[in-house]
Amino acid sequence: MAGGREIKTKIKSVQNTRKVTRALEMVSASKIRKAQDLMKASRPYARLMRQAIGHIAHANSEYKHPFMIERSEVKRVGFVVVSTDRGLCGGLNTNLFRSLLAQIRGWQDKGVEVDMVCIGQKATSYFRRLKVNMVGSVTHLGERPQVDQLIGVIKVVLDAYTEGRIDRLSLVYNDFVNTMTQKATVDQLLPLPASDELASTHAWDYIYEPDAATVLDHVLTRYVESLVYQATLENLASEHAARMVAMKSASDNATKAIGTLTLIYNKARQAAITQEISEIVGGAAAV
Amino acid sequence: MSTIRCDIVSAEQEIFHGNVSMVIATGEMGELGIAPRHAPLITRLKPGQVRLKLENGDEQFFYVSGGILEVQPQVVTVLADTAMRAADLDEAAARKAKDDAERALANRSTAIEIADAQNQLAQAIAQLQALEHLRRNLKH
Repeated sequence: MAGGREIKTKIKSVQNTRKVTRALEMVSASKIRKAQDLMKASRPYARLMRQAIGHIAHANSEYKHPFMIERSEVKRVGFVVVSTDRGLCGGLNTNLFRSLLAQIRGWQDKGVEVDMVCIGQKATSYFRRLKVNMVGSVTHLGERPQVDQLIGVIKVVLDAYTEGRIDRLSLVYNDFVNTMTQKATVDQLLPLPASDELASTHAWDYIYEPDAATVLDHVLTRYVESLVYQATLENLASEHAARMVAMKSASDNATKAIGTLTLIYNKARQAAITQEISEIVGGAAAV
Repeated sequence: MSTIRCDIVSAEQEIFHGNVSMVIATGEMGELGIAPRHAPLITRLKPGQVRLKLENGDEQFFYVSGGILEVQPQVVTVLADTAMRAADLDEAAARKAKDDAERALANRSTAIEIADAQNQLAQAIAQLQALEHLRRNLKH
């Protein structure tokens, strides 16, 4: 029976692969719900924060915070990249990095240098191979990312911005649209994009306690933190969604492969039996 | 009795929203009592209680470990911190992030990784070719 054993082994190995992909698919399917709940729970904060920032942008303050002033010359830009810690999630990270690389190349062609901050193992190991300057990294955020895990990296880039080492800061992450769709997104964090709402009709300003500089510094830092945190949660939900879809198609492919292999095995077995019979018949005739 | 809308949120969840007749919180410069029609105000909060006087006269307490209080004509917003914050803690976190990046750059074991990946790729291609071969044999 030619190759019968080899085909059997192959079928076994594909079956084992399918077991793994099935399990991963189901794990992601259950985790995606939790990730979505987290995302929803943190939305009110992000919304109210945006609202407060909108109010601040419209206040007629004598003090203008550096985060709100567009710089005339851009010599160095910063990127905060949010990626996953683990692989096996289809083209999620690859697509994100590709759209980011296009941006980086665009800046480098203009003679602008790039600083990177990486959140997640995949971004860290990908970008250390490229000629970009990585100034901060944080990995292994787990299934429930907390704000305090992100404070460090955010402080690095905000300090760089305040000290004038970078003149622009963007946030790169996968936006969770729905289970089937995740969109690689590049958002400008700093300077704050000018809001398109109309300025209020009368001039007013806050009472700042203790003073405008301290309060705005605090508020804008929290604002950036909330955006990065929200991006991390979106990316987490995207990761599970992408993994679920990728693993589902892997399981389907494995099933197809097993079908084909079983067919081949049966044919080989049939051929072997036929051959054996004809040999016996041939032998009997000779006697 | 006039009321004002009040929202209390932290980065991880929504804590309170509804109409209240007064918000009492510990601002950086001291205790603040915000009644409806307060002038626009924005301040940092110190760790402490936020007390709400509800419409029906009840009081509700929340503990915040810091945050921001914003007063607008229509609404009072408390953006509470969940994380423990202090300048030196933040500094330490920033330093750790930098170290992590440097360490990632330092052990560039990529040559090995690439070799490993190429190995796996070669194996996968060989398997695919074998499958393809089998499939072709099956047809005739």
